Amino acid sequence: MSTYVITGASLPDGTTTDLFVSGGVFVDAAPSGARTIDAAGLTALPGLVDLHTHLREPGFEQSETVLTGSRAAAIGGFTAVFAMANTSPVSDTAGVVEQVKALGDQHGYVTVRPIGAVTVGLDGQRLSEIGAMAQSRAQVRVFSDDGKCVSDALLMRRALEYVKTFGGVIAQHSQEPRLTENAQMNEGALSGELGLAGWPAVAEEAIIARDVLLAQHVGARLHVCHVSTAGSVDVIRWAKARGIDVTAEVTPHHLLLTEQLASGYDARFKVNPPLRRDEDVLALREALADGTVDIVATDHAPHPLEAKECAWDEAAFGMVGLESALRVVQASVVDTGLLTFSDVARVLSTKPAEIGLLAGYSTPFAAGSPANLTLYDAAARTVFATEHLHGKSVNSPYLGRELPGRVIATLHQGRPTVLDGALLEPQEVARG
Amino acid sequence: MRHLLSTKDLSRDEAIAILDLAEDMAQAQTREVKKLPALRGKTIVNLFFEDSTRTKTSFEAAAKRLSADVINFSAKGSSVSKGESLKDTAQTLAAIGADGVVIRHHSSGAPRVLATSGWIDAGVVNAGDGTHEHPTQGLLDAFTMRKRLHGEASRGKALDGVTVTIVGDILHSRVARSNVWLLSTLGAEVSLVAPGTLLPVGVETWPVTVGYDLDAAIAAKPQVLMMLRIQSERMNAAFFPNAREYSRQWGFDDERLARLPEDSLVMHPGPMNRGLEISSGAADSARSTIIEQVANGVSIRMAVLYLLLTGGAA
Repeated sequence: MSTYVITGASLPDGTTTDLFVSGGVFVDAAPSGARTIDAAGLTALPGLVDLHTHLREPGFEQSETVLTGSRAAAIGGFTAVFAMANTSPVSDTAGVVEQVKALGDQHGYVTVRPIGAVTVGLDGQRLSEIGAMAQSRAQVRVFSDDGKCVSDALLMRRALEYVKTFGGVIAQHSQEPRLTENAQMNEGALSGELGLAGWPAVAEEAIIARDVLLAQHVGARLHVCHVSTAGSVDVIRWAKARGIDVTAEVTPHHLLLTEQLASGYDARFKVNPPLRRDEDVLALREALADGTVDIVATDHAPHPLEAKECAWDEAAFGMVGLESALRVVQASVVDTGLLTFSDVARVLSTKPAEIGLLAGYSTPFAAGSPANLTLYDAAARTVFATEHLHGKSVNSPYLGRELPGRVIATLHQGRPTVLDGALLEPQEVARG
Repeated sequence: MRHLLSTKDLSRDEAIAILDLAEDMAQAQTREVKKLPALRGKTIVNLFFEDSTRTKTSFEAAAKRLSADVINFSAKGSSVSKGESLKDTAQTLAAIGADGVVIRHHSSGAPRVLATSGWIDAGVVNAGDGTHEHPTQGLLDAFTMRKRLHGEASRGKALDGVTVTIVGDILHSRVARSNVWLLSTLGAEVSLVAPGTLLPVGVETWPVTVGYDLDAAIAAKPQVLMMLRIQSERMNAAFFPNAREYSRQWGFDDERLARLPEDSLVMHPGPMNRGLEISSGAADSARSTIIEQVANGVSIRMAVLYLLLTGGAA
């Protein structure tokens, strides 16, 4: 196995050090014959962990595959992704989740941890075989019907109770379905003007309020996906103050973009939950800084061109985000002085791994820990373009926008997936 | 003017220029030979993804009176109903050599997507998109008001201080939106009356006053009362209990007509639900401009097509 000396890297706490990698883990001293990676001027971050990725395989390979999504992740600085369950067939059986995990292992760019569906076929009717998925080789610990809300209160209660058996967590897509029928964008003055059906904040906030109370009642752990409104932040802050075991994520796009982008009807900006108001963006940034919102997760949602090149209400929801996530986080919360890179390491690596019960991320850079890291040039600035996208789809809302930062290298379990700012070829990365 | 996508984009001067040009067009329509050679050799496509006999006919008449070649492309029974995308349709029309596209689409914003996509180079006229806008309807309504109030002396005038009350399904009405933006740009004082369920969230940011009570609105003696169509699909979606209750609260019936000042105008963009939002007595009264609105629609659409296809400044 390869050995590396990474010289002169700035750790998230600001100290500068050399890092040594051998046998897939960090070691104390320079191994002999090690290859040197010059990291002078670069920030070393622990390998990023995305708790919310859509890899689309099996079923929607025209949008993304485990391989292409893994490459998009690696170039974004990620070493682990949690793959959402809305595949076809749905990831609601041990067979599907084992297949997704095996593909991830084989390609080697990132650790792929499948998320299991809460209900059979995401239909919201019956619990899926949660136990079988938990005990499978995929060892699923996170369950979600993401894309759809587990809206039935009793079913949600049962799911919360059931995953307690093995310490799992339900990641809820909080969207009251009746309040959001045919919803197209944030409901407010702009949706009224544009004539697009509104997605009211209350449809998210009401489900979060219900779910935190359910989690409290049954003593279970709840994770809230893609929090998008200031009101949701208030509800989660209240729940945490009461000691309820809830964690929450925010997407990079909800930290940077607002609903104003809908005014040209460019469907690249159509996403679920929708882009919200300025005050929501500011509240989410503050919530991430004060810990009310625990982590950033991408909700990377690839779609083919034809799903976006059409009228707004005919277009698919979602945007790709793995390649741009760290850069957008820098632009929205680091360069604005709200978070340090030490905080970034927490919200994009340590904490998402903790929520998803992913081992190997609790003591980053410590000798003996898996060598998952990314070297990041925070001083770089480029206009984001399709050449920066490495998945199958190009539905990024940042194309044409200047963003700071560049991932220079990524090591996954001691092996490079990105070097000198470029992805390694699949055959160089693949594992058996 | 490159495209006409919304009245919100129009400045006061641009709007008045369109209305004035429509006066010229209207005058030409009084001649024995109605046809003008202005757009000879130009091709205009009526691209209708929704049924609309009235608007399509009006645009067709306008284009033909300017001597343009008109191609009617309706979605029903065409490749569009077999799943062809807006993009493919647009590229087809570009290949055919359309100079102007008049588009009616069920999706809000589809005309803007067409105009900004790069799929087609033609000028785009929004003939009604989803619940967004219907700018030529707004213009023809403003034209009709101006004509009734100022007659032959209309040219160059705006609608400063004119009180206009719009009643009905504001939430889903593209006519209401186009009228609100245009009439307020022209200086009119617009108020909206509707049940709370049929007003959009955020309406308080619009340049209007909002009320729920039609009788109070009539007592305020508006110079123009514009009734909007209630679409049948709203009845089943719990926006109001039933048609009878709606009609009682927000329908413009004979009894309310009697309380409206003699010189107030009664407008309706059509098609009407007689007996629901408007009574026959009101629709057919001397105060009603409903037939004039249809006639003025042709003049307005002639003016818009002329400006778009000759690159004229509005």
